[in-house]
Amino acid sequence: MYHFIKLVTLFLFYSIASPAQDIETILEKARIKINQVNDYQASGKMKTNVAFLKVPVANITVYFKKPNKLKLKSEKGVSFIPKGAVSINMNSLLESDRFTIIDAGTEKINNVMMRVAKLLPLDDNSDVVLSTVYIDPSNFVICKAKTTTRENGTYELVMTYGKYIAYGLPDRIVFSFNTRDYKLPKGVTFDFDDGSEKKKPEDLKNKKGKAEIDFNSYIINKGVQDNIF
Amino acid sequence: MWSLLQIEMFKISRRPRTYIAFAAISAIVLIFQFAFKADGSSYMNLMLQSVQDSFELDRIKAINGYFMCYIILNTLLVQVPILVALIAGDAISGEANMGTLRLLLTKPVSRTQLLLVKFMASFIFTVALLLWMAVMALFLSMAIFGVDDMLIFRVSGEESQILQIGADDVLWRYFAAFGYAAIALTVIAALALLLSIYAENSIGPIIATVCIVIICTIVSNIGVPIIDKNVKPWLFTSYLVGWKGFFYIGTNADGQPIPGSLENWPAIRKSLFILIAHIVILLGISIAVFRKKDILS
Amino acid sequence: MNVLLEVNHLTKQYRDIKAVEDLSFSVMEGDIYGFLGQNGAGKSTTIRMLLTLISPTAGEIKIFGLPLHENRHEILSQTGSIIERPDLYQYLTAYENLSLFARMSKIKVSRKLLMNQLEMVGLAERSQSKVRTFSQGMKQRLGIAVALVHDPKLIILDEPTNGLDPQGIADMRNLILRLSRQMGKTVIVSSHLLSEIEVIASRMIVIHKGKKIAEGVVQEMLDPANTLVQVETANNMNALKWLQETRWATAVIQGRHLQLSMNREDIPQLIRYLGEKGTDIVAVQPRHSLEAYFLSLTNNDTHVEPFAN
Repeated sequence: MYHFIKLVTLFLFYSIASPAQDIETILEKARIKINQVNDYQASGKMKTNVAFLKVPVANITVYFKKPNKLKLKSEKGVSFIPKGAVSINMNSLLESDRFTIIDAGTEKINNVMMRVAKLLPLDDNSDVVLSTVYIDPSNFVICKAKTTTRENGTYELVMTYGKYIAYGLPDRIVFSFNTRDYKLPKGVTFDFDDGSEKKKPEDLKNKKGKAEIDFNSYIINKGVQDNIF
Repeated sequence: MWSLLQIEMFKISRRPRTYIAFAAISAIVLIFQFAFKADGSSYMNLMLQSVQDSFELDRIKAINGYFMCYIILNTLLVQVPILVALIAGDAISGEANMGTLRLLLTKPVSRTQLLLVKFMASFIFTVALLLWMAVMALFLSMAIFGVDDMLIFRVSGEESQILQIGADDVLWRYFAAFGYAAIALTVIAALALLLSIYAENSIGPIIATVCIVIICTIVSNIGVPIIDKNVKPWLFTSYLVGWKGFFYIGTNADGQPIPGSLENWPAIRKSLFILIAHIVILLGISIAVFRKKDILS
Repeated sequence: MNVLLEVNHLTKQYRDIKAVEDLSFSVMEGDIYGFLGQNGAGKSTTIRMLLTLISPTAGEIKIFGLPLHENRHEILSQTGSIIERPDLYQYLTAYENLSLFARMSKIKVSRKLLMNQLEMVGLAERSQSKVRTFSQGMKQRLGIAVALVHDPKLIILDEPTNGLDPQGIADMRNLILRLSRQMGKTVIVSSHLLSEIEVIASRMIVIHKGKKIAEGVVQEMLDPANTLVQVETANNMNALKWLQETRWATAVIQGRHLQLSMNREDIPQLIRYLGEKGTDIVAVQPRHSLEAYFLSLTNNDTHVEPFAN
């Protein structure tokens, strides 16, 4: 049933939107949509999927405040938060005056034809070298973003929308990033070797790490204290 | 037997050297706690060196009582064998040196009984040391640093790992680990006791025990495949750090820790079995040697 | 009188050294039995075998009529001992030491019993002092208290007067005599000094290089008929000639002396006789043959005729 409604809605939106819209207009519309949100507080679960990191699913809260304050906090316990996760703040990507926008055509993701835009930062010293964003042209939301940085490799964000699509806020974010091989300093730990055969770690260098965040609720435009950030 | 054990414990309790061990543990623990309270994040930076760019971590939360205890035990359990040897290595040789051994052995007590009592007293001392460590390194750290999820930095094979154990899943692991450590250290006690029978002063067996532990530890960690395969499994020193096995939490296919689980319980069980076998063999040899020994001191 | 302790063909061999060889003797109930031998003669080894500290290579020990090995507990619970030094726990008090060993002897221990015992050896006032602070004599007395606290039938004292001052030695002698005469204990006491043994022991054994040389009643062994007399005269050769004509003395020349084997009672006769023969006597020194013999052993093999016994 849900899928049906989704399909119908998508169809409706698709038919309203003109396929001939240029990429800048689409980006602008997406920006307007996101701009409705002055702040939010979203709670969800983060599942970290990194080879060397054996950590449990963390209950996290994401706080956002315009223009670009974003904080990811775990409710309780200790958690490893991927540094690039800050880029789930889409606003920065949509500031058109900071990028040169190149239309890169269309690409199908999950059977939805996306408009692809390549964003080149105007600032030569920016860490970001290139961002590629995939926009759902009927909902004006970014479904996927790939960012290549000078220092920290390439991030990839895949966003799935649901209840909060009207605000351009995703229900689910899958954040993929490069992580270097984790090496403990030698001689610090004296570990117990239980004698079992250890699998040879294949290709530890530049393995992909993944963090999946599922949001269950957003509190939008109700104000967020500055001291949180 | 009970009365003999009481007498033995009384003697140990009245000797100043007994308390050296407790003082040493207290000093080491307090230094650690002070250092980490003052500048714990440097240590975290060291451990996280290679991934600092990729991850953020709340270091204050990460350096909690549970974590502290693990760090302290990691260092301390390397030194404690010396402290155990200090008492067990003195058990028979100290009496021989003082001249009290011959008086003890002319009492209507069998030598087997006497040796078992000496062994039990060494065991009780070892347990007392560990309880003291639990008080200082665990409970005091919990009081100073609070309690939260625990991080384990570990090298497994070629791979470094970080394990996270939920705060409510830690304490039982410590109890199990202290229990394991008690058995591991009892091997040292049994070894020191055996050496103690041969000597007429306590320095010899204490140093000999420590030397054996050091040599075996080096061989255990030499990392040459032929030794790793053929020698290492038979050395008790390979199992001294087995208590850590209780902190190697089991994970599911996604790499998420499963609360209450152990990565390799059979390996821990096997280690325990090997350690207990060592104790039984060493104690058996001790009894055989001691029963036949001519007391010339 | 019953035989309380019986040793038959006891041997202890360490690799190629025989510390004790084929030693047999017996101790009667109520005896003070002397164990005489120079240092290294095998006294301590034998005593340690009696106390199960050393296991014999061969031979048999029976105490209270029971084989020692099989009845160790029963025998040891009725035996008290001091072996060489009375070593005790230096870091414990006199009271604690006594209490600890009393409990190991499996007797009912009460404060009263322990204090009585300390009273007996004159240490009641120092009961709470650490043994570390004690003089050698006090340690010895505490050692005795420990040896006697369980009221043993047999008391074994190995060189009990070692390291004691003259007063301590006298006290020890009196104690040993009291134990035997007043309390009916059997005491085995070893020494390398005949003078020690001869004043207290009723019977004794002399051992040398692990072997028995003599055993018997001290009085008989010290019979005045077996006296060795050293005589120094102006002309030893002449004196020897005259003496060879007598029946009451046999004489040999030893260095600057004549050595005579004779009855002590005949000494005045000897002096008169040599005077009559015109031989001037410079010195006469009588010495019991056992003592002389024993001295000859300790003086490292100056050969003397073995005494007859």
